[in-house]
Amino acid sequence: MVLLTLLAVVAIGIVRLRNLFAVVILGAVYSFLIATVFLVLDAPDVAMTEAAVGAGIATVMMLAVLHLTKTDESRPRQPQIFPLFVSAVTGAALIYGTLDLPPFGEADTPVHTHVGPYYLSQSIPDTGVPNVVASVLASYRGWDTLGEVVVIFTAAIGVLLLLRRAQRPTRQATRSRRDAP
Amino acid sequence: MIEAIPDLVHHYNHWVSIFLMVCGLYIVVARGNMVKKLVGLTVFQTAVFLLYISAGKILGGTPPIIAEGYEHYANPLPHVLILTAIVVGVATLAVGLGLVVRINEAFGTIEEEEIFERGEQE
Repeated sequence: MVLLTLLAVVAIGIVRLRNLFAVVILGAVYSFLIATVFLVLDAPDVAMTEAAVGAGIATVMMLAVLHLTKTDESRPRQPQIFPLFVSAVTGAALIYGTLDLPPFGEADTPVHTHVGPYYLSQSIPDTGVPNVVASVLASYRGWDTLGEVVVIFTAAIGVLLLLRRAQRPTRQATRSRRDAP
Repeated sequence: MIEAIPDLVHHYNHWVSIFLMVCGLYIVVARGNMVKKLVGLTVFQTAVFLLYISAGKILGGTPPIIAEGYEHYANPLPHVLILTAIVVGVATLAVGLGLVVRINEAFGTIEEEEIFERGEQE
């Protein structure tokens, strides 16, 4: 509960700060905090992935982009009433929705009585892997993991194409194109 | 007020996750800086992860690794879904950052409003 409150405080910091460098570092803090929360919620695999990917790779990529661009955010020109209104309405609607959710951490909710127990009881006989998350990820739902790898591959190709075009003397090209007409 | 306390305990995870979600939404809608928008998207995403992982937890349970002497395990299915979602999320983030770099090269800025002004001038 303390961790979750801390998480909310860090999120407010991310909203308020205008120095993008600080925002990115707070983002890394946020990732580590939520990884700790995942660990407390009995999800060690997810916690490890979040700490490595969310706090590690994402932060490094963000810092690289900040190095290529600038690190300060300009002030918004018009007052921010409309976004605040949209966010408040969305939040209120979602909180109204949670009142019908089953209480936290009980074993007889629909989440725990559907397909989860099957995996838990059949993992050892079917695959011989004691870590059920690993066996579901790599064996029962192996095709999904293949799809995930395809997504990463596509993303890598996309980034390569975007940055490859950037290496050409595009700045002069665009400038001359803008000056031409 | 007293009646609200069990609600608070039962739904604290959900409410924090909704608060984070709303923070992310606000950043995406209200802030014009593109790197900030991407950070907001990440916050939004992580809030959804928190919602799923909370649903998988059983009080008094253990992580879903089968071992002697343990009866109650957390539900492994949300964990698998969120593992996939984290990795896909970082892939989309990479593409988004690549686009930001390209936009910065083409327009010389990553602020939405300045780009709109540039578009109106031409």
